[in-house]
Amino acid sequence: MKCAFVTVGTTSFDDLIACVSAPDSLQKIESLGYNRLILQIGRGTVVPEPFSTESFTLDVYRYKDSLKEDIRKADLVISHAGAGSCLEALEKGKPLVVVINEKLMNNHQLELAKQLHKEGHLFYCTCRKVLASWK
Amino acid sequence: MRRFSALMCVLILAAAAGAVAAFLILRIWVVLRSRDFMPRESLSILVVAGSGGHTTEILRLLGSLSNAYSPRHYVIADTDEMSANKINSFELDRADRDPSNMYTKYYIHRIPRSREVRQSWPSTVFTTLHSMWLSFPLIHQVKPDLVLCNGPGTCVPICVSALLLGILGIKKVIIVYVESVCRVETLSLSGKILFHLSDYFIVQWPALKEKYPKSVYLGRIV
Repeated sequence: MKCAFVTVGTTSFDDLIACVSAPDSLQKIESLGYNRLILQIGRGTVVPEPFSTESFTLDVYRYKDSLKEDIRKADLVISHAGAGSCLEALEKGKPLVVVINEKLMNNHQLELAKQLHKEGHLFYCTCRKVLASWK
Repeated sequence: MRRFSALMCVLILAAAAGAVAAFLILRIWVVLRSRDFMPRESLSILVVAGSGGHTTEILRLLGSLSNAYSPRHYVIADTDEMSANKINSFELDRADRDPSNMYTKYYIHRIPRSREVRQSWPSTVFTTLHSMWLSFPLIHQVKPDLVLCNGPGTCVPICVSALLLGILGIKKVIIVYVESVCRVETLSLSGKILFHLSDYFIVQWPALKEKYPKSVYLGRIV
């Protein structure tokens, strides 16, 4: 059974959190073989309600001193395109999907995501496509 | 007669303003061109830690620095508690790993933010000027040998203040700017501004080295 970790660093990325924690998204995630989803929501205003059933657990928190443990436990990391988050996940050798926050200035994060994708280190997408990329 | 003396006053003022401007331009040129290669045992360093990722990146950079770079003065935005925590963890970690480090002092200074994420550009001008007004006294008090930054808005007033210290003949401060690893093809706004004002401008991707041949490229260093 697998664990997925979603991180937005110190930013606010409500679109991603909302998308991933919507009921039909959670169903889809579970159907793909994941029984645990951890959401690190940073400064976001969308705060999903954590829950734990027999088959699925949703954890939600804002910050931790270090995300190393959650990254280590994860089978898949879904991250905003911040350099710190990307580098940490890649250093731990985790499959990484980067989601671009289209609402940021100049969307400068896209450059890094594109380059690392070109070098074969990750996949990137926008919020709308994030569930499709999960597969 | 009165008109003539009024005209004379204006001319004298204009000449004085011109002379001051010329002097400043000359000083700026001299400071930007000077390269101080005197070997030193230690270098006091002022590190600008911007929000989130910037702080993470700069601490990764500092992880490789030797003890010669001390004391370390960190500057963070007054609204940024996260960076303060990260810095304290970093320094404690460093002290733990190498006991001889324990006596290296570090300081955390706070200044108002130049620009909040998504803040409008016109209001950014005012907050930046306000930051300059407050960062110069800090730079003047600390008088670091070297300023290290990697791109948050906070670093522009700091670097300009450091430059001012040199222009006023108080101290030549080495300015080292490391563009964020996020910047693959284009420079950040801070980068574009500080490209001309820094002593060492480091980029982490080859495309940028091509666009800015005067920059330093050492591969990914964070």
